[in-house]
Amino acid sequence: MLKKISNIGDCGITCDFGDEVNKNTNKEVIKLFNFIQESVKSRKIKGILNYTPSYNKLIINFELGQIKSNEIIEFIKSSDYSKINLPENTKIVEIPICYDEEFALDIKRLEEKTKLNFKEIVSKHLETNFFVYMIGFVPGQPFLGDLNENLYHDRLDTPRIRINKGSVGIVEKFCTIYTFESPGGWNIIGRTPFELFNINKTNTSILSPGDTVKFKSISKKEFTLFKNE
Amino acid sequence: MNNYFKVLRPGINSTFQDLGRFGLQHLGIVASGSMDQLSFCNSNKLVGNKISEGALEFAYQGPLLEMNGENALVAISGKVNFNLIKKNGEIIKGKSNESFQISNGDKIDILSTINSVYGYFSIFGGFKIEEVKGSVSTLVKAKIGPNNGNKLKIDDKIFFKKSHQTNKLKKIEFDFDQDNVIRVMKGLQVHYFSKNSQDDFFSKEYKVTKLTDRMGMRLEGVKLENIVNKNIKSEGITKGSIQVPGDGQPIILLSDHPTIGGYPKIANVITADYDKLVQKTPGTIIKFKVVNLAVAENAFQDYVRKF
Repeated sequence: MLKKISNIGDCGITCDFGDEVNKNTNKEVIKLFNFIQESVKSRKIKGILNYTPSYNKLIINFELGQIKSNEIIEFIKSSDYSKINLPENTKIVEIPICYDEEFALDIKRLEEKTKLNFKEIVSKHLETNFFVYMIGFVPGQPFLGDLNENLYHDRLDTPRIRINKGSVGIVEKFCTIYTFESPGGWNIIGRTPFELFNINKTNTSILSPGDTVKFKSISKKEFTLFKNE
Repeated sequence: MNNYFKVLRPGINSTFQDLGRFGLQHLGIVASGSMDQLSFCNSNKLVGNKISEGALEFAYQGPLLEMNGENALVAISGKVNFNLIKKNGEIIKGKSNESFQISNGDKIDILSTINSVYGYFSIFGGFKIEEVKGSVSTLVKAKIGPNNGNKLKIDDKIFFKKSHQTNKLKKIEFDFDQDNVIRVMKGLQVHYFSKNSQDDFFSKEYKVTKLTDRMGMRLEGVKLENIVNKNIKSEGITKGSIQVPGDGQPIILLSDHPTIGGYPKIANVITADYDKLVQKTPGTIIKFKVVNLAVAENAFQDYVRKF
């Protein structure tokens, strides 16, 4: 449930859904996100520049010359958005992953921590239907959950300076896919050849907040031969 | 006839920008856009363009460009030291915030910004650059925008639309606000910091460090003591947010900021003071003054009158 709306500076507001990070809280966030996105598209509200959902919050940025925060807050409070049936536009996306040792950089570290062997770790990762909590930090990077609790582990003490694009990493109950080469501290367990983000495509990001991700294991050979459409 | 500028020297960080790319932050794409929006709009006004037309933004040292094609009306905004080098070798000292004519074979040598960081170069009619998702702003780290999302490189050719010779020469009286007080509103996690640290932040001096770019401005000053938690659950980020990581030194998130982040935020720069802030060079001592929403909204009314 929406607990509190606060100002962020003079051209942003945050809609806070409480401190719990779980699917139910996030689904509420995404409901409001869908409602705002729809309201912007159908021009029911003007001046909104961006709307960014995260685990338990939706942040809305607006153009101060067009609208003020009290008008947006009023708009949200006066609309019974949680009862509005928006089209279910969430989807299930299968993402190929190769767990070859060349890619699974932190498998030893995970084996030690979890007391599971490589095969067990992989099967526990494959059995999960991951929920897309949010997308961001860099373009297209998804934050997925919840991991099988036997796989929970902390961040690396010293983050890597360079993690290859497509690397799949886990930390605590979350899983992510690096859409750009970047530094990072997540435990890397494999890599996908699947391009999740391409600015030049109409469908820029394959995933949207609220989608479901299922991983599919592929061999090194399949990885090499994989072609993005 | 092809009208273009040949890049003889790219400058430090020269990119095409406009007012920003919106509606995509939920996919991890930050708005970007010109850092100093008033100077950006001024450069367009000087040549008679619509204020949102894409312009070339440069930082510190700008490019050296050789013009090929028909005569054109151009302008450089901000406070910039530059020369117009005529085809015959004559060097004319440039005047920023004043439009001027250039002819085939002329060169524009943008030497440096003066006590400021960003300047803008506009041409009447606009550059021939491709919009990406509704904007010509460039986000270099994600390779998004015209010129394949890159900053200018040597030997690049920048094409421009037909820029008819006109008499619309214009001049704008302009100077940066030299005052170093930046007005802020209290941040979402201001209570994460001890009472003393809050007092320090809103009254003591902070220095702009060299670790400053389009993504963020790192400050150096009194260390801020976090008494709650050094991390928060990652949440969406707004331009001008001031986050404080574990080391207690604040970072102001600027136009190319990450879209989400997990550090507590002590304050947010008000819209009216953002342009002034981004023009502060490393070494400048700034101070923050806390204001409420009503003051920020009034300040914005004064700010838009300058456009």
